[in-house]
Amino acid sequence: MEIIHTDVLVIGGGLAGLRAALAARQRGHEVVVLSLVPAKRSHSAAAQGGMQASLGNSAKGAGDDEDVHFADTVRGSDWGADQEVARMFVHVAPKAVRELAAWGVPWNRVRSGPNDAIIDGRKVSIDEPAAAHGLITARDFGGTRKWRTCYVSDGTGHAMLYVVGDRAVAEGIAVHERMEAVSLIHDGARCHGAIVRRLTDGRLFAYVARATCIATGGFGRIYKVSTNAVINEGIGAAIALDTGVVPLANMEAVQFHPTAIFPAGILVTEGCRGDGGLLRDAAAHRFMPDYEPEKKELASRDVVARRMEAHIRAGHGATSRWGEHLWLDITLLGERHIAGRLREVKEICQHFLGIDPARQWIPVRPAQHYSMGGIRTDALGRAYGLDGLFACGEAACWDLHGFNRLGGNSVAETVVAGMIVGEAIADFCASERGELTVSTALIRAAHDRAAAEFAGLAAGLGAESAAPLLARMQSIMTERVGIVRHGDALQSAVDELQQLILRSRRLGLRSSRPGANPELTAAWRLQKMLKLAQCVAAGALQRTESRGAHYREDYPRRDDAGWLKRTLARWPAADATQPEIGYEALDVRRMELPPGWRGYGARDAIEHPDTAPRQAEIERLRAELAGAGRDALQDALLPFRHRLPPQLRGANARLGDPA
Amino acid sequence: MIRLFRKAPDSGRPRRLTASVLRHNPADPASAPHWQDFVVEEAEGMTLFIALNEIRATQDPSLQFDFVCRAGICGSCAMLIDGRPGLACRTLTRDLGERFTLAPLPFFELIGDLSVNTGKWLRGTAERLRTWVHAAGRPDLDALEERMAPELAEAIYELDRCIECGCCVAGCGTAQMRPDFIGAIGLNKIARFRLDPRDTRSDEDFYELIGDDDGVFGCMSLLGCHDVCPKQLPLQTQIAFLRRRMAALGF
Repeated sequence: MEIIHTDVLVIGGGLAGLRAALAARQRGHEVVVLSLVPAKRSHSAAAQGGMQASLGNSAKGAGDDEDVHFADTVRGSDWGADQEVARMFVHVAPKAVRELAAWGVPWNRVRSGPNDAIIDGRKVSIDEPAAAHGLITARDFGGTRKWRTCYVSDGTGHAMLYVVGDRAVAEGIAVHERMEAVSLIHDGARCHGAIVRRLTDGRLFAYVARATCIATGGFGRIYKVSTNAVINEGIGAAIALDTGVVPLANMEAVQFHPTAIFPAGILVTEGCRGDGGLLRDAAAHRFMPDYEPEKKELASRDVVARRMEAHIRAGHGATSRWGEHLWLDITLLGERHIAGRLREVKEICQHFLGIDPARQWIPVRPAQHYSMGGIRTDALGRAYGLDGLFACGEAACWDLHGFNRLGGNSVAETVVAGMIVGEAIADFCASERGELTVSTALIRAAHDRAAAEFAGLAAGLGAESAAPLLARMQSIMTERVGIVRHGDALQSAVDELQQLILRSRRLGLRSSRPGANPELTAAWRLQKMLKLAQCVAAGALQRTESRGAHYREDYPRRDDAGWLKRTLARWPAADATQPEIGYEALDVRRMELPPGWRGYGARDAIEHPDTAPRQAEIERLRAELAGAGRDALQDALLPFRHRLPPQLRGANARLGDPA
Repeated sequence: MIRLFRKAPDSGRPRRLTASVLRHNPADPASAPHWQDFVVEEAEGMTLFIALNEIRATQDPSLQFDFVCRAGICGSCAMLIDGRPGLACRTLTRDLGERFTLAPLPFFELIGDLSVNTGKWLRGTAERLRTWVHAAGRPDLDALEERMAPELAEAIYELDRCIECGCCVAGCGTAQMRPDFIGAIGLNKIARFRLDPRDTRSDEDFYELIGDDDGVFGCMSLLGCHDVCPKQLPLQTQIAFLRRRMAALGF
């Protein structure tokens, strides 16, 4: 057994993992990053439309600040977000954009003078002030009250990932490619690193680390139709779940993106609607204003996706040989705008649909897009249950997004969480607890268990094979644990997933060959993915309310009195077929923004008993501290600055600040 | 160049496609490179991503290939399609004949079948060319960002769109003869950082990196790179421009 020692082991080479690695490296710790693929091929590269940060440079962003971004994020989350985390995030997001600007991201810039735009279907001219010329501009996105999404055409994630990836090269951070962490080394209280499998030849290694950070992204591939990359199978979350002591939170909170091209499920950015694109039905009717007169196409994703599905169910979908869909119309944006600002969308339409989106409508239907749930951590990214284990980015439930993430907040979360969690990792390594007492027996046992698991699978003579079981799981998830959910369908999903889990323990492989064996890898991952799917289905079944992206036809109201709490799923034993589900309550008495109406979607929530008293208390504090300044009020309502690393606490400068 | 779709056949009967795949498993001493045919029934809108996954799921679970985003964004799936470098994920079978060949990208280390190790080569290239903005000190994260002309930001992005898929290197005559040639990937990166005012490096600094036959003077102007680039990067003009700048410095 080969053992590799490092201070910090980061599992996942996307934006979150790389940024956390950089923070720890800059503090002098040795860092190794593991990646399934070359780091720059990570799914972060697929983020198109942009990243939210309240710079407020552009005319349509004027007056934006952390407060507006905070409120939009909490409303977007349907009050599921951790408001302290949301505060930390909105405060650091402008710093993250500016850091990336200094590192080389070619953010699109404000052009002073009249600029053509399309708003609500009409051509308008926006006059950008001369003072803002050359500063970072922003576009409109769903669920936001200001134009806040900073962008690089529609290749934002690509530009960010390349800059951060090359920065990691500059700092000499080792990235071990085509390596998959297959289990965490732990003693039930402290994480000691991970057992890692080299995908090119199947060899196992033990990586022993003082701190381990999981940043492996989401688990969209448990669904049949997903915008996610094929590597987004949630294995990082699954190996945390396998410890039995680390919980996955809010797994039932799964986002469906309104505009995936139909039927391939490839994303076209929310920027299409942000820049003025419209949704139309089979009769060419623009239907969103009928349902959402205020935000129209730019309500939050959960609301738009649900309205689209309802509209299709009501018989207004366009039909094709693959089924029904709706249309995204960006023809009104014009050829020049599309060629400049939406060029990836243009390429995708040309290559996968054979259409020119400047002239033809794009067939779209909502598809799985984002995992709000994941490894439960505290505000500094420390995982529940194991000391020395951290998580950040989509793999984590930090909980910035609650039950619905706003577009542009995830790629922002990757770098912001990376900055904050990376510092927490460095602090941990510098502390006494960061020292590791290594037990070779513990490492050996973890290695041998993983080796036995793979040997058992490779030698398995069972009648089942992985590919059909995987396909069945994906169908169950899309059909019964999708956008619109119901108790009966969820119960049948849980039951059938249990059967699939049992069947997945009786696999027989058809191929056996030295070196990489994709069938063995797929079989091993299937068992992990089934556990994640069961956490999603079981969490959805038990949550008898509707909140954000979790919509229950049989419980259509948001129930703050009964369900203002976060789901925690633990896997009790290796032979279990269901998680143990528990909950942690969100404390309304500590909220800066108590539950209310989101400004779009339904407005019939069942109120929490603490909401009215907290609202009264907030009004009293606001009156009392009227002249005391913004920071004093913030500290009274929800102090958060003390949680941030000292260098990230400063106020964010904006154009027009008093000198 | 974006190829236009061929019209679907009118017969209504799906075609039976034969994918001839060049296979080899370097980890297996008994393996020798060989062509293996796989037959799949064509479906509407079928891409090579769909076809290869169907082959692996139903015919040969050991077949190796790399896909990540399957949307033409990540650059993982470059291979030789009928001998020409391209992205498999966005190649529609309807644009191919009933029989076509798939082979791994040349030049890069073979992992197995259609999977090659582009990552190792690209990390080496990034280290060698130091492909990051060189600036002194740490930025002030609280202050307003430095301004940049909107047109310049767009021009930098134009070159920043490279997805490091390796098609250009696979299509490069020089790379076949000079294993250390940095290829259009490397030259385009230098052009990108040269254009970026945030990078303090001078042309003299860049000359040190690319002013030899493994750099910009190795290019024979065959421009296979330009023809096969899936992102239609302006490689021809960038390389020509760089060469003039660097040649002027060399005198």
